[in-house]
Amino acid sequence: MSGIVIIGAGQAAGQAAASLRQGGFEGPITILGEEAQAPYQRPPLSKQYLSGEIGMDRVLVRPEKFYPDKNIDLHTETTVQSIDRKNKTVTTTSGDTYPYDKLLVGTGSRPRILNIPGSDLDGIHYLRTIKDVDAIREAMASARKLCIVGGGYIGLEVAAVAVTKGLEVTVLEMEDRILQRVTTPEMSDFYHQLHTERGVNLMVNTGVSGFTADGAVATVLCGDISIDADLVIVGIGIIPNTELAEAAGLACDNGILVDDHCQTSDPDIYAAGDCTNHPNAILDRRLRLESVPNAMEQARAAASNMLGGDKAYASIPWFWSDQYELKLQMVGFSADGDQQVLRGDQATNQFAVFYLKDEKVVAVDAVNSPKEFMVCKQLYGKKVDVSALADSSVDLKTLLN
Amino acid sequence: MPQVKFIEFNGTKHDIAVDDGQTIMEAATSNLVPGIDADCGGECSCATCHVLISADWQTKLSPRSDTEESMLDLNPDRTDESRLSCQIVMSDSLDGIVVNLPEFQY
Repeated sequence: MSGIVIIGAGQAAGQAAASLRQGGFEGPITILGEEAQAPYQRPPLSKQYLSGEIGMDRVLVRPEKFYPDKNIDLHTETTVQSIDRKNKTVTTTSGDTYPYDKLLVGTGSRPRILNIPGSDLDGIHYLRTIKDVDAIREAMASARKLCIVGGGYIGLEVAAVAVTKGLEVTVLEMEDRILQRVTTPEMSDFYHQLHTERGVNLMVNTGVSGFTADGAVATVLCGDISIDADLVIVGIGIIPNTELAEAAGLACDNGILVDDHCQTSDPDIYAAGDCTNHPNAILDRRLRLESVPNAMEQARAAASNMLGGDKAYASIPWFWSDQYELKLQMVGFSADGDQQVLRGDQATNQFAVFYLKDEKVVAVDAVNSPKEFMVCKQLYGKKVDVSALADSSVDLKTLLN
Repeated sequence: MPQVKFIEFNGTKHDIAVDDGQTIMEAATSNLVPGIDADCGGECSCATCHVLISADWQTKLSPRSDTEESMLDLNPDRTDESRLSCQIVMSDSLDGIVVNLPEFQY
């Protein structure tokens, strides 16, 4: 028996390996990861890991000794070159070949890279890996002026950490509002105001045209405007790593195409996490979902199914983002709603906006409101009493009956 | 090293030696104890690390934070014994603590 090979050593890979052992699989498990670390969680990288509040030991998905303890062969700093589906082997760039009975592709995503004049200057960083963030943290210790390109969650989380550390921070957002891709104009306004109050210089409708240097990066050019910066962090989205799958002839389209059992177009190959395009029965559509819960749930389903199980994956998407002392927790997609119901007072930084479609709950954006976040997971798809939902004096538990 | 005694919903017991400073959630996930999902990795953002700890052991723990309390409040299986295991850090004073796992994580 050749066992199970996992390409990628991220959240999905770490969870899949654990789930395989938990599911009773005793055969060989091999994880092949490009980075130098054992599987780790990315969310803290733009939050407490960047700020230095926690170290690497707290971001690992499982302690390093977990892998040898459970006979999981973890190969770090290993790049896979190709998948040979006919012979069921995986070959690395160093020429090693790993045979598989079942293969899990968890190659994740990589940051979208700016390709404009000066974009390869020293001092311009992307934020995806521990290595990236270790370099950023070191640079932030002596930087005075940080310019962040991209007003999405990564950019805003980094802005919060940096301005708290005393740097002068500018965030450049190409669209007409921050968080445009992921939330409503009202929530964008709320966060715009929050960051401005805390001292961040937010510039929307501002695209970057280039960078100039004085040794390392010194200025960010945005058409006629130029901004001094001795450190630049770019957070403009991620692209799924589908190249290996495509080269192997697996069906791909905005991610590796899988079914609701995480199986690809090859019955012996599964995929999980950021790299997949998968159907979601609850949302009634296909999507590529960049979230930790997705990586973990798909990994669990893939592990079960690789062992002959029949586990369909269909979970309500949820996300979180920590900026300053505000915890934003989200269920579903606000864009799916046709009606908004506000609960609480935005001015207190503790409120929730529920989104309804045809009077049924489809999403929530909850700021420092964990109960509203939790209740939304249970209310999803249900009709609710809107006036009770909007009234913070009404106990949320009454809505569950 | 202090020990945690996990008891699954179906009665299966796991005696786990834990590193000082590890949370009970981490002790479970590092040792493949089933029944704890830990989706958010310990950031008090998901409540899928829900466990049940008896009143006498609870007296030795720090009380629930507002966030932990709010996250537990809407869990259908919530009782007075409910805690989020990502918020409980192990130490020698908790040696032998008995942690019961609920049937489901929500």
